[in-house]
Amino acid sequence: MFEQITSCSTVPERGPRSQGNFTAPATAVDGPGMNERIRRLRHLSVTTEPTISIERALHETAFYKENYGKYSIPVLRALTFLDHCRRKTIYIGDDELIVGERGPKPKAVPTFPELTCHSVEDFHVLNTREMQRYYTSAEDIDTYAREVIPYWQGRTQRERIFSHVPEAWRAAYEAGMFTEFMEQRAPGHTVLDGKIYRRGMLDLQREIEDNIARLDYLNDPLANDKAEEWKAMAISCQAVIVFAERHAELAEAMARQCGDERRAEELREIARVCRRVPANKPETFREAIQMYWFCHLGTITELNGWDAMNPGHFDQHLAPFYQRELAAGTLTREAAKELLCCFWIKVNNHPAPPKVGVTARESGTYNDFTNINIGGVKRDGSDGTSEVSYLMLEVVEELHILQPGSSVHVSARTPDRFLHSAINVIRQGHGYPSVFNPDTYIMEMVRQGKTLEDAREGGCSGCIEVGAFGKEAFLLTGYLNVPKVLEVTLNNGLDPLSGRQVGLASGDPRTFQGFEDLYEAFLAQLRHVIDQKIRVSNYIDRMFAKYAPAPFLSVVIDDCITRGRDYYDGGPRYNTSYIQCCGLGTVTDSLAAIKKHVFEDRRFTMEALLAALAKDFQGAEVMRQTIVNKTPFFGNDDDYADSIAVRVYDDLVAAIDGQPNIKGGKYHLNMLSTTCHIYFGKVLGASANGRLAGKSISDGTSPSHGADTNGPSEVIKSLGKLDQQKSGGTLLNQRFLPSLLKTDRDIAKLGKLIRSYFALGGHHIQFNIVDTATLLAAQESPDDYRDLLVRMAGYSDYFNDMNSDLQREVIERTENDAF
Amino acid sequence: MDRGCIFDIKKYSINDGPGIRLTVFFKGCPLSCAWCHNPEGISPKVQKMYNAARCIGCGLCVEACPEGACALTAAGIVTDLARCTACGRCAEVCPTTATEMTGREVTVDEVLAVIDREQVIFDQSEGGVTVSGGEPLQQPRFLIALLDALGERGIHRAVDTTGLTSGEVLLEVARRTDLFLYDLKLVDPARHRRWTGVDNARILDNLHLLAASGAEIDIRIPLVAGVNDDEDNIARTAALVAGLAGRKKRVYLLPYHDIMTNKYLRLGSGYQGGGMGEPSKADLARVVARFAAAGLEAVIGG
Repeated sequence: MFEQITSCSTVPERGPRSQGNFTAPATAVDGPGMNERIRRLRHLSVTTEPTISIERALHETAFYKENYGKYSIPVLRALTFLDHCRRKTIYIGDDELIVGERGPKPKAVPTFPELTCHSVEDFHVLNTREMQRYYTSAEDIDTYAREVIPYWQGRTQRERIFSHVPEAWRAAYEAGMFTEFMEQRAPGHTVLDGKIYRRGMLDLQREIEDNIARLDYLNDPLANDKAEEWKAMAISCQAVIVFAERHAELAEAMARQCGDERRAEELREIARVCRRVPANKPETFREAIQMYWFCHLGTITELNGWDAMNPGHFDQHLAPFYQRELAAGTLTREAAKELLCCFWIKVNNHPAPPKVGVTARESGTYNDFTNINIGGVKRDGSDGTSEVSYLMLEVVEELHILQPGSSVHVSARTPDRFLHSAINVIRQGHGYPSVFNPDTYIMEMVRQGKTLEDAREGGCSGCIEVGAFGKEAFLLTGYLNVPKVLEVTLNNGLDPLSGRQVGLASGDPRTFQGFEDLYEAFLAQLRHVIDQKIRVSNYIDRMFAKYAPAPFLSVVIDDCITRGRDYYDGGPRYNTSYIQCCGLGTVTDSLAAIKKHVFEDRRFTMEALLAALAKDFQGAEVMRQTIVNKTPFFGNDDDYADSIAVRVYDDLVAAIDGQPNIKGGKYHLNMLSTTCHIYFGKVLGASANGRLAGKSISDGTSPSHGADTNGPSEVIKSLGKLDQQKSGGTLLNQRFLPSLLKTDRDIAKLGKLIRSYFALGGHHIQFNIVDTATLLAAQESPDDYRDLLVRMAGYSDYFNDMNSDLQREVIERTENDAF
Repeated sequence: MDRGCIFDIKKYSINDGPGIRLTVFFKGCPLSCAWCHNPEGISPKVQKMYNAARCIGCGLCVEACPEGACALTAAGIVTDLARCTACGRCAEVCPTTATEMTGREVTVDEVLAVIDREQVIFDQSEGGVTVSGGEPLQQPRFLIALLDALGERGIHRAVDTTGLTSGEVLLEVARRTDLFLYDLKLVDPARHRRWTGVDNARILDNLHLLAASGAEIDIRIPLVAGVNDDEDNIARTAALVAGLAGRKKRVYLLPYHDIMTNKYLRLGSGYQGGGMGEPSKADLARVVARFAAAGLEAVIGG
């Protein structure tokens, strides 16, 4: 039934040089890394095929069979988690310094049948599809079919949700007008603040138990609910302590049997660290990393939240440990970097759990969007960069693996030295780090009602969405296909692809007298679909609060402990729901084209345009070329198009921003698309901006592919016209040829371009350094790459305008980095 | 109101002076260098450019041409240049931009309207406006009016010039210019004539004049293998530059490449690349070393 789901599970354009999991590793070479240990660990991580582990599902199913109904739901969840931590296979690999895996070994991914239960067919597809395979043995599939699937039939969260959605919602959803995150995974996007470096699990447990002891059962009507939630939290603290201690036991046993004294000593040190954290607060740099890693594993084992888990401002958290130990002589820069590399590789060992209901054609990504925030500002507003920030940039550059992602945060007070170091990494072409502007996102959060300090401690979680780290549930509820809304408007409420009624009957556009008539109809359609989406999102929120609480996550996010409420039930200090609006560039350019050519210049009629769209512009190439070449498009600092973009954006804000969710918080919008713009393009016919049916829509707030033909400074000025502080994040992808980043001077100038964008209020910018593959793609579909400007000293020309011989020469030069 | 003819305004220009710049390309140049990378800048007139690869053969331009100068052939559109008045109707109706006009008459205010939108980028990057071409000093009234307006706004002004103009005009421009990017091609007059079509006596005199006036000057040398990368020319160039008055000049070497050849085709003219080549890495290193020996810093790239 619901097969067409794409969500925040596809990867942003990422350069192929980012080896990660995309390309086969070079044979016989371990690949990069600062030393033998790191090279071996990295090699293992990159070359290990992702597999499915059914261990967690077996433990959970057995536990539910035995215990369902005996406890409150929160306590049942916590006990299930504790039971698994007691029984799961513990893995400590050769060479490891930071330990802990969610599954029984690296890249072994558990399933979460309580949310969504994979079918036998799902496993077969995952075993055999071309991209992003996850291997499961035939024996495991049999066991799953016997032990797991029968129990969960009719009991999963997904079935609970889909049995209750209204028919109109279903029609719009199936047409691809929006996606719904929570039907595959639990609400996530969680990021930690500095709490776990100040307080261990035993400290938190004590606080929880004190709260239970002080409960007023006579006067507090919620006392019993709180008691159950607190009991569950205390049990889950115990679970991660048990998990760590079992690593200590294994490490000690391995040390006893280890012939290599150097490794035996390392194992004893692992044991010592695992006995210390997470039970107690960390004292050393290494303990701090291991502390975070156990908390990370706890949250992603307890439940399958979207976008894994994220340490937040990890450099800021680690800096005091680093400085103290460096001064004391107990840590060297080299040793610290090695530990960071070990951590980075650990994250890469954890591919995202695969979806259910997958089709062979559909591929997701292994990326689970842990994003390390580097730089930024501290709670007091001062510069947050430190030597650890630079260490992390070195690690990012040297390892270039898929996960974790990284972002640099550049406020007005961030030093140029840091920005330039980051651009040096960017120009390697791995697609990261992305660049964020704290001065804007802090205001976004303050506008939403966060305190200034909490906002400063915030940042980005996985893609571009921001939140107050350690204190907020900021849930992405799904993507909105804004160009699809326009398509449905142009078809008076019908989806032209299926012929079904999926929206309002907003009028036959052939009867519209002017552009305003069309825009009003579009707006009515937009409000209608947003209301539909929010209604179901609220329902789903309740289902998670009731059936899938996350007591361990609630321990680490403030103020769940104080309030005695779960993370999914309004426990956090801030509770925000986001709708991610996609395709601003496509919809702007389409509206601009209709306004100009149909209503103003009258080059062609609405009738002719609709006919051309229905036929995917077949036989209407003159019309399509006129639109593509003679319409002011978004991204060129042209007010004709940009004013339409601003208007659409403001109306999206008006339709979404401030609507209440059911947890005391509000809905806001952000302009994230990840790669949902690819899926949304597939379910969209030809659009009025000349885009052919099935092709991607524009991503984030970026201009449509190839529409920005006047260079990056014009793009940022167009984007600067949006009042970005009213969003919870915008996204700007910029393609750059390596020829623009050859010298240190070029790097400094790109730094100034970034500073200019941020002075204009920009939220995020990311650079995709164009490589040979992109240029080859540009030869194939020139329309999408009209922005590709080839620049050499004293000369520039558009790649598209060159003949094939010269294009070939540019490709060779790009390959050889010989501009 | 002073009007001028320009053929392009480029943003995010990072090789034409300090910071991020906006470069205005003036149309018309007294030189005709064999390697010219912006051939559309040579003629002072508005010209038609046609790119057959983009043409879909719709014939709209044939219908639109008031002179009947366009014809659709198997090879694409053929324009009878004797009849063409460069009115631009063909480019207006062309749906694909296969036909475009290069060059347009603009007022200073029209150029300023574009420049003013870049202010945030100039401020952040300590950039400014570079006037290039073509040869901007061919349109002195327009150029001076533009530079004065930029001066009032406190915007950094760079002028990229061949130096072929009268000394009076040059000094008049120098009064309102913060940095010259002065092109030097060849020191030997005969060779200069051969490759650029003009004598270099005035160019060299003007360079000395400008340096003596205290103007800020960067030297730019398009380095073409087989044309001007030989020991003799480089040594003489280095000696010349080292002997200029004022602060020590910085030298920018712009290595030749032939990626621009299809621009010639679009202008309806051929390109004779014979005898010209891209300098090798070793040649570049040798040239850099030669300048260093003369006490000058040479940088590869604009």
